[in-house]
Amino acid sequence: MIYLDNANTTKIDDEVLKEMEIYLREKYGIPGGEFGHVFEEEALEALEKARERIAKKINASPEEIVFTSGDVESNNLAILGYLRRAEKKGKIITSKIEQKSILEPFRFLSKEFKSVYVGVDREGFLNFDELSDEIKDAVFVSVQHANKEIGTIQDIKAIGDLCEDKGVVFHSDASHSFCKVDIDVNKINVDMLTLSSNLIHGPKGIGALYIREGVKIDPILYGEPRERGLRPGFIDVPSAVGFAKAVELYTREDVERQKKLRDYLIDKLLEIEDSELNGARGDKRLCNNVNVSFKYVEGEAIVMQASMFGLIVGTGSACYSQELEPSHVILSLGKGYEISHSSTRITLSKFTTREEVEKASEILRSVIENLRRLSPFAKK
Amino acid sequence: MKIGYSEKVMEFFRNPKNAGKLEDATVVATVGSIACGDMIKLYLKIENDVIEKATFESYGCAANIATSVAVTELAKGKTIEEADKITYKDVEDFLEGLPKIKAHCAVLSVEALKVALTKYKIKTGKMLFDLKIAKKLLHGVIDPVSGNSILKTDKLKSVEVEDKTVKIVFSGKKDDVMSDIENQIREVFSDLDVKLDIKYEGG
Repeated sequence: MIYLDNANTTKIDDEVLKEMEIYLREKYGIPGGEFGHVFEEEALEALEKARERIAKKINASPEEIVFTSGDVESNNLAILGYLRRAEKKGKIITSKIEQKSILEPFRFLSKEFKSVYVGVDREGFLNFDELSDEIKDAVFVSVQHANKEIGTIQDIKAIGDLCEDKGVVFHSDASHSFCKVDIDVNKINVDMLTLSSNLIHGPKGIGALYIREGVKIDPILYGEPRERGLRPGFIDVPSAVGFAKAVELYTREDVERQKKLRDYLIDKLLEIEDSELNGARGDKRLCNNVNVSFKYVEGEAIVMQASMFGLIVGTGSACYSQELEPSHVILSLGKGYEISHSSTRITLSKFTTREEVEKASEILRSVIENLRRLSPFAKK
Repeated sequence: MKIGYSEKVMEFFRNPKNAGKLEDATVVATVGSIACGDMIKLYLKIENDVIEKATFESYGCAANIATSVAVTELAKGKTIEEADKITYKDVEDFLEGLPKIKAHCAVLSVEALKVALTKYKIKTGKMLFDLKIAKKLLHGVIDPVSGNSILKTDKLKSVEVEDKTVKIVFSGKKDDVMSDIENQIREVFSDLDVKLDIKYEGG
């Protein structure tokens, strides 16, 4: 099997697993206070060390990192946690291409706040003028760093500067860009940043939220106060340790190698007649994302047939979604239903090889040919 | 709990029997659209009211392709009266089940068959074209936004049949979704001696 659905989740790195195992088998305590029995102390030490290791990657201080159960919780904590205590009930702004864990809290909050969804251009870049217009009476902005479907990387420095200038708190969901795009929180005006583990070969069920010192938020879950009172319940220490290890193991070389494979695959797939790239080319695209629409055929059929040939990919087709809705991301690009239904997402990982990418392009070529033979629209 | 498609669905998806255009078709019916993400074009060769051949072309998911195979397999060799009794349940049973979320694919394949048979009956004078028949054909037109038959949405204000003209009034304005719906309407009435008059009100 060639697994190229790495924007969905990734395989755990063996070295990550090795480090986690110690905290599952031997040092399996749960973190206590500043002193406790040896199991509690070991666990707390490992947790705090993991926090430091993750903070270092974005040049934050460890106190600014809160562990969560993943990107969904981090996004909810940032949005609900900040806005529940906000005294001014103004406008809250996000983009049309966010993931559901941003869009749903925004929808929920629209009873109290005015939720605004800024559009994007045909490559998925935020309409900056629209944001500048809307931001005047805003209290909160959340714009993703990179898109999980089409890989478009936003200029979060420019967005952060605008927010800083207007005194608006800025959150960014960086779950898909973390470790793939360099982030230095001291160089960008971002107040909160969502970080995830399972997309960089770390364990699932853990993530983090960076909260800049001085930004006040409330917890969204209640219980015995942990994580600076922001997150009750025990943080899973083996997972936190694995997350930190995964961060350290993701190198610049991994990113550069994937970029080459990505560009090779894009070129190969665009050789197929009546195909169209979704998203941008070059450095403003995630190193591991390829998204191509193949006209006259439908994405779920592509995914199913590709998997018969041993290739695992994703699609933005309505038929593949549990709600039977086409991808809101592709529709937001203004490309229409057909491009959305036939969009095929192929996402690489740091373990993806040149051979796998070559084989994947061959498989997709024959899958498209097979399905077009059945299609009433295809030229024959 | 069994997750995913049945063996039968996968078998037909892998090896789609009856796929392709039928050059000597007596009647052709197209239901669904690209915008819906599901479309079936059904070809029937009917002789002495018996379906001699049935083939299809499909734009859609694995379930769409498998239900197209099923409906053509079920219809072949049947008289038009027998074929008229085929239900989406028969299609599901033939495929040894479908995931619940894919039930609409079985419905769409049967819709294609109904539209084809209705068109055949009109063309051969077995049925007189009237409002009831027009609505039967419109039942196969799907609103890509809701996924429901156009008859079940509030977009459609009225349908009337005057002589051989079908007068359809939609509420709102003509946009991309409406042009898709209009194309579907033209498809279901194609090849019939019927004129279409589509209007928009209150846009």
